[in-house]
Amino acid sequence: MTGQLILFIILALVAVASALGMLFSRSAVYSALFLIINFAVVAVFYLLLNAPFIAISQVSVYAGAIMVLFLFVIMLLGAVQLRSEHTLTWQQPLAIGLGLILMAEVVYLLATQAGLSANTSAVPEGFGSPQAVGLTLYTSYLLPFEVTSILLLVAIVGAIVLTHQVKKKE
Amino acid sequence: MLPVGYYLGLSAVLFTLGTVGVLIRRNSIIIFMSIELMLNSANLAFVAFARYYQALDGQMFVFFVMTVAAAEVAVGLALIVAIFRTRQSINVDDLNVLKG
Repeated sequence: MTGQLILFIILALVAVASALGMLFSRSAVYSALFLIINFAVVAVFYLLLNAPFIAISQVSVYAGAIMVLFLFVIMLLGAVQLRSEHTLTWQQPLAIGLGLILMAEVVYLLATQAGLSANTSAVPEGFGSPQAVGLTLYTSYLLPFEVTSILLLVAIVGAIVLTHQVKKKE
Repeated sequence: MLPVGYYLGLSAVLFTLGTVGVLIRRNSIIIFMSIELMLNSANLAFVAFARYYQALDGQMFVFFVMTVAAAEVAVGLALIVAIFRTRQSINVDDLNVLKG
C-alpha cells in the first residue's frame, strides 16, 4: 500500500509538472514533448488501475499516432514562435484565477464526498485484459464500435477535403 | 488499490491545467494540446471508476474517447493548416474574421 502510494505521488508530480511545462514552454515542439511525457505517465496510471489494454492503446494511439501528427503539423508550419504580447492584458491573470477557483471547487467536492474509499477487494482474473475488453467491445458495445468506424471515415474525408488545394484556373 | 479520490483529484488538477491552457495560450496548436490534456484527464477518471466498481464499461468509454480524440485531431489539425494557408498565422487573436 505504501509502495503504491509513493509511486502514485511521484508519478502525479511528474504528470502535473509535465502539464505545467506544456502550458508555459515557449516553443510548440517542447510543449508537444512535455505532453508525450504526460501521456506516458497516464499510461502507467492505467497499468496501476488494472487496465493493461487501455495503457497500451494510450501509448500507441495518443503518445504514438496523435502526438506524431501534432509534431508533423508543428514542423509543417515551421515551428512558428508567436509573439508573446497579448491583446487582452487582463485576460491571463483572470484565467489563472478562474482556474484556481475551478480546482478549489473540485477539491472541495472530493473532500466532502465520503464513501469513495479504497476498494480493497481483489479484481477478477483477467480484468482489463485484451480478451475481456474485446469480449465486451464486440458484444455489449457492438453498435458504438460500428458507429466509431463511420466517425473515423468522416475524419479521413474531412481532413482530405480541408487540406485539398484547388488549383487556380487561369 | 489507492482510494479512488486520489485519482479523481489528479484528474481534476490535470483538467484544470488544460482549461487554463486553453484560456491563456494564443497558439492554436497549444490550445489543441490543452484540449487533449483535458480529454486525457477525463479518461483517467473513467479508468479509476472502472477499477473502483470493477466494471469494464469505464474502459470501453476510454476506448471511444480515444477514437473521438484521434478523429478530432485529424480534422482540427487540417483546419489549422488550412487557416495557416489563408491567414499566415495560427495566433487565435489574428483570427477575428469569418470571411476566408
